[in-house]
Amino acid sequence: MSTVEPLLQVEDLQVGFKTQDGFVPAVRGVSFDVYPGETIAIVGESGSGKSTTAHAIINLLPGSGKIAGGSVRFEGRDLTKLKRNEMEDVRGKLIGLVPQDPMNSLNPVHRIGFQVEETIRANGLATSKRAVRKRAVEVLKEAGLSDADTRLRQFPHEFSGGMRQRVLIGVGLSSHPKLLIADEPTSALDVTVQKTILDHLESLTAERNTAVIFITHDLGLAAERAENIVVMNRGRIVESGPALEILRNPQHPYTKRLVSAAPSLASTRLGSRSATVGLASSATPAGTPVPPVIEFQDVTKVFKIRTGGPRSIPFTAVDKISFQVPKGSTMALVGESGSGKSTAAKLLLKLEEKTSGKIFVDGVDQDSLDRGKLLEMRRKMQVVFQDPYGSLDPLHNIGNTVAEPLNVHKIGDAASRKKRVLEVLDQVALPTSVVSRYPNELSGGQRQRVAIARALALKPEIVVLDEAVSALDVLVQAQVLELLANLQDELGLTYLFITHDLAVVRMIGDYVSVMQKGAIVEQATVSEVFDSPKQEYTRRLLDAIPGADVDLSA
Amino acid sequence: MSSKNPVRTAPHFVAEVDEGGLGAVDAVRVSDRKSNLWLDAWRDLRGRWMFWVSAVFILFIVFVALFPTVFTQVPPNDGCILTVQNETQAAELGVPVGTVISDHGPLPGHPLGFTRQGCDVFSRIVHGTGTSLSVGLIVTVIVAVMGIALGAFAGYFGGWIDSFLMRIGDIFFAIPYILAAVVIMSMFLADRNILIISLAIGFFAWPSTARILRSEVLRVKQLDYVMASEAIGVSKLRTMFSHVMPNSLAPVIIISTVGLAGAITAEATLSFLGVGLPANIFMSWGNDIAQAQQSLRTAPQVLIYPSIALSFTVLAFILLGETVRDALDPKARATR
Repeated sequence: MSTVEPLLQVEDLQVGFKTQDGFVPAVRGVSFDVYPGETIAIVGESGSGKSTTAHAIINLLPGSGKIAGGSVRFEGRDLTKLKRNEMEDVRGKLIGLVPQDPMNSLNPVHRIGFQVEETIRANGLATSKRAVRKRAVEVLKEAGLSDADTRLRQFPHEFSGGMRQRVLIGVGLSSHPKLLIADEPTSALDVTVQKTILDHLESLTAERNTAVIFITHDLGLAAERAENIVVMNRGRIVESGPALEILRNPQHPYTKRLVSAAPSLASTRLGSRSATVGLASSATPAGTPVPPVIEFQDVTKVFKIRTGGPRSIPFTAVDKISFQVPKGSTMALVGESGSGKSTAAKLLLKLEEKTSGKIFVDGVDQDSLDRGKLLEMRRKMQVVFQDPYGSLDPLHNIGNTVAEPLNVHKIGDAASRKKRVLEVLDQVALPTSVVSRYPNELSGGQRQRVAIARALALKPEIVVLDEAVSALDVLVQAQVLELLANLQDELGLTYLFITHDLAVVRMIGDYVSVMQKGAIVEQATVSEVFDSPKQEYTRRLLDAIPGADVDLSA
Repeated sequence: MSSKNPVRTAPHFVAEVDEGGLGAVDAVRVSDRKSNLWLDAWRDLRGRWMFWVSAVFILFIVFVALFPTVFTQVPPNDGCILTVQNETQAAELGVPVGTVISDHGPLPGHPLGFTRQGCDVFSRIVHGTGTSLSVGLIVTVIVAVMGIALGAFAGYFGGWIDSFLMRIGDIFFAIPYILAAVVIMSMFLADRNILIISLAIGFFAWPSTARILRSEVLRVKQLDYVMASEAIGVSKLRTMFSHVMPNSLAPVIIISTVGLAGAITAEATLSFLGVGLPANIFMSWGNDIAQAQQSLRTAPQVLIYPSIALSFTVLAFILLGETVRDALDPKARATR
């Protein structure tokens, strides 16, 4: 075994970007080897240089990027010294790439067939028209698309995200490359789709003994899919080695931090709460029933989808859902994209009108509210959205952003508002100096904390968290979740937590409603759902959590 | 775990903890420097040569427009002569009697030469500044106000308001604004003035601004901060003015500065067609450019100098528009 030569040797790789502030290094002396047939995962947060490393290997850095030093030896040849046309022969033929975003990586105006055939021709796998077409059908079949003949004549918009990624994987592997670089290949996909795609990718590459460099932000996913992992932070490798060994016994403080923060690996409920009460026992010890803070009764939302003519097709986004959330607890609505979980949240916030059913907040029927009462209700309910880059107005500074709800509801005078702004910023652990700063000067996590501060300004009882931590890096995510749990303990907040990520639910949720196609398929406490899921769908979601079956204790 | 057979056991490598240490997770890096939107914008503008060049040039142009006599004592319209007819004129200009002055090159006291009518080119340019600048600014204001108001309402409220306003826009869009302006100007044969010509141009030029603002509003209103603002309880109208509009204005600022140039040229076009401002009362660059076409081959200076004045003014406004837009946009500022 020791005679096997490494396929790829990256040695002291230095990559930087030209910016107005001069040359900014992004990768600072990275070295690792990839052996034939092995899968190696590069793990890191955004900005750690993991994608830049991958792009530097195949010389696809964006215009301002430049390899400043080091070497990338592929089968003995230094790829950094190749001429452009020589490099084009290496790309695709010897090293395949599966890009990050399947939604934007296929040209929407060309048929799938044309795009697959283009690759086949470019790599010289076949020349005659018929042979190219035949090979294209094979590629799609290998990629796991059954009726490949008809699929070739379709356009990208007729494919789901998972199908598109299958096509891209098929294209990446079409010329049987010796190395495949997969850059966050499933980050944009639902967990169950992610699992099937990765399973498929794994069997394809195992069959052909293709080496894989797998770029991901998810430590659990890396451990599950790769034998060896490389952990990067700020352009450097902080730790590398066998996946399980690193997970079980991380040495570097950064890796330790990362392992303990990964929601998919180990999780218990954050915050200092006592054992959660069961759904049925929402009653005081005295026996008098306490009405739940939020109650949905058979709530349905039907959208009309226009078909271009005067007619429209009804589409049931939320289908007769019912649930109750006791005061001070968290109800997690979990589901894949299109399951209706976000629509349910919008119905509660009255950002959408429900079609039928009843919603009670604090025992008050929401339909009975007039305009004045509605404004009052809005004070009690606040929302934090998913995208920290989209939820703050870039032209308003942080102070004005947090003060806006106070101004709208005319609470207190200017001085007391200012005091309240500083108070909530302190609650979300931001220094008071951010008051005069603009959102673009803050990181994603900090913006999300500002959004939370804005939500808290009015002292609400209910906070709707719509995928509020999904866009954040692992460490920051853990930090924000902890903050949310502490705020809940301190202020007795009730959360409606919308997420696609079951792993996170374990850290913040008390009750879970699993949604599928608009309906709630399973509802229970978090521990019940994780320990003994009743529904097949829930079980599939749980299985799909990456790294769930990695045994850390051994 | 992977089903593949491992080729090797990779060594477990651990890097040294580097100098800076790990630091706190997501530490806030902000300075204590006081700031607000305008102060930041000013700090940003201060350091840009493009801003200074364009601002100084525009101030200069405005000064010329207000006080043309500071720069030239030669009257732009009176005393134009086609040929030197007597000794007094000959002495004044320093050329013999009988010289053709029409389209003549520079002479002492007349640095840019003469037009076909024998008027001083420099003086006409200086005196024309006011007209051209006013038409440009008034048209831009008309177009911006109408375009922004209608585009924002159409985009933000959508539905039938959108359809109604945009169909009206389409009707105006379908009529070439030069053609419409020709018709309007022909109706005002007797009393053409700067305001009339500006209205005639501006009233038909707003639909493109409205369309641009509408599409920008459509984009911005989908963003989370607009929904967040509604969820807080901010009214629809207030959301539009405080969040949607300010974030949609950037392209309009750019299109307006380009439009300013367009307006000055439109006035020139109308003058060329004979339906603009009367050349004997109003000096304007457009008028001069239009009339210079007749003598383009023999005396190009008559065309070139007013054109240069027009180009530099337009360029200055475009540069200013772009730098101000960048400075007011915190997103653009962060990348520097």
